[in-house]
Amino acid sequence: MSEPLLSLSAVHTSYGNIEALHGIDLVVYPGEIVCLIGANGAGKTTTLMSISGCVKTRSGTIRFDGKDITQMPSDRIVRLGLAQSPEGRKIFPRLTVLENLEMGAFIRDDKAGIAADIERVIALFPILGERRHQAGGTLSGGEQQMLAVGRAMMSRPKLLLLDEPSLGLAPLIVLKIFEVIKTLNAEGTTILLVEQNARMALRHSHRGYVLETGAITMADKADVLLADPRVQAAYLGEGDH
Amino acid sequence: MELVIQQLLLGLTNGMVFALIALGYTMVYGILELINFAHGDLFMLASFLALTLVGLFGLGDASGGTLAVGLVGVIVVCALFAAGLNWVVDRVVYKPLRKAPKLAPLVSAIGVSFVFMNLGLFWGGLPMDEFGGGVAPAAPKSFPELLPNINLLGEDATLRVTPKDLLVIVSSLVVMAALFWFVNRTKLGKAMRATAQNPVAARLMGIDVDKVIGATFLIGGALAGFAAVIYSLYINTINFQMGYQNGLYAFTAAVLGGIGNIRGAVLGGLVIGLLRAFSDQFIGAQWQPAILFGTLILILVFRPTGLLGSTAREKV
Ligand SMILES: Nc1ncnc2c1ncn2[C@@H]1O[C@H](COP(=O)(O)OP(=O)(O)OP(=O)(O)O)[C@@H](O)[C@H]1O
Ligand SMILES: [Mg+2]
Repeated sequence: MSEPLLSLSAVHTSYGNIEALHGIDLVVYPGEIVCLIGANGAGKTTTLMSISGCVKTRSGTIRFDGKDITQMPSDRIVRLGLAQSPEGRKIFPRLTVLENLEMGAFIRDDKAGIAADIERVIALFPILGERRHQAGGTLSGGEQQMLAVGRAMMSRPKLLLLDEPSLGLAPLIVLKIFEVIKTLNAEGTTILLVEQNARMALRHSHRGYVLETGAITMADKADVLLADPRVQAAYLGEGDH
Repeated sequence: MELVIQQLLLGLTNGMVFALIALGYTMVYGILELINFAHGDLFMLASFLALTLVGLFGLGDASGGTLAVGLVGVIVVCALFAAGLNWVVDRVVYKPLRKAPKLAPLVSAIGVSFVFMNLGLFWGGLPMDEFGGGVAPAAPKSFPELLPNINLLGEDATLRVTPKDLLVIVSSLVVMAALFWFVNRTKLGKAMRATAQNPVAARLMGIDVDKVIGATFLIGGALAGFAAVIYSLYINTINFQMGYQNGLYAFTAAVLGGIGNIRGAVLGGLVIGLLRAFSDQFIGAQWQPAILFGTLILILVFRPTGLLGSTAREKV
């Protein structure tokens, strides 16, 4: 296989004296959709925030696109081509929808390209076009989620981290989000996805990791994980097909 | 009627100056949740620099084009000085405390305020002619009347509008318009608002938050430096405590308008300026603090976030 686009080796991250990640090993190859599933508090968000440089790792190495980014400040990591749509959306509430998207393209200077990409986001999520001059904070939860995903696309990342993009959304919107993830991936964006909706996530991914209380306990092809009785018992509750 | 308009003019001119200083408080608060208590004293130091430069350039005797060029020069130098000093204070004093509890930078800001005030005292004690050599350091220094003290409406008119009034109002409006354009239309300006609204998300957009904070201190400082020059030209006397007094008014203005909100700071500044003018004229100067802070309390009781605070859907 080719060189990984992203690799974490033995990553430890702590909040104060409490260690949240006890040595994570994880790789994502170019062109993949990889999902990371796990219970509440397992450390999924902490993993993504460690990758993006928003929380400092205690030890271990994170490499992206051939460079060691372990101690790199977040803004430089984004410039290397790694964007994130964070947990809880983190929309800029008093910037308009358009301004939110412009901020997503902060690292770029090609005005024409940015305008074209805004149109592309609007084509994927037409409702954002209707709301373009509205303050981000006045959007509904689902609209904010679309805006968060669209905003993260605006830097044209090589790798897109998505933290629970379907949380709290109506089934149709969830489908829409996964459709967009597929489209982006088909266009060449590599994706690392964190999801509560494990079945949906595994169905749309190439590979998956299971995270339990700060450690990876399973890593395999997505269909293998889907068929695994332990995964089924813990993360794929009966009835939610 | 003339009396009302006269007080309106007085309130507006003072209010503009409060607004310019309030902007520095509110922009820093918006991004760091820090009340930069040293901000008023920065304004004071810039006035001392302005007076020193007026002396050095010999502007007291200049007129016409020379005076205009000289004044622009004084404004530029004072704005740069205050911007740079504000930036340095952030780097040296506040930045190492970014992750500390909020009280730590706050107490440090009070410390910086004292340092500045004593610098002002020291500066006022320097044996310079323009300080009225030999006069005690704490004594007020008179700032020369560089603008003609004439009534633009004619000397017989009951309403009095001087070139100083015009200078303060027009130049403040221009500076504020430039600031609004910067904050709402430029990439760095939008990044400032974004950082104030959600610093983590701003980082994830590739915004260098440290640079944005630095730019905020630069701009807030420049506004204070500019305000210092026009205020000194207007009021014609400066002293080492003027930063404390005007800073208190400006800070009150920022809270009244909704701290963290740029339009709120301007609105608050004008409200404070007008309240002062009208209460002095129609109620009595001894009641001024009671009126001002009574109004502040009333507004905060009914609108705890200030006039344009974040419950309103106003853009920052
Ligand atoms: N800022 C913080 N300070 C202290 N502890 C934290 C902080 N953020 C997370 N933790 C702890 O770290 C652990 C991992 O949290 P994390 O948010 O990464 O979990 P998660 O897998 O994303 O959970 P969820 O599915 O609920 O989003 C939890 O025990 C949590 O309490
Ligand atoms: Mg999480």
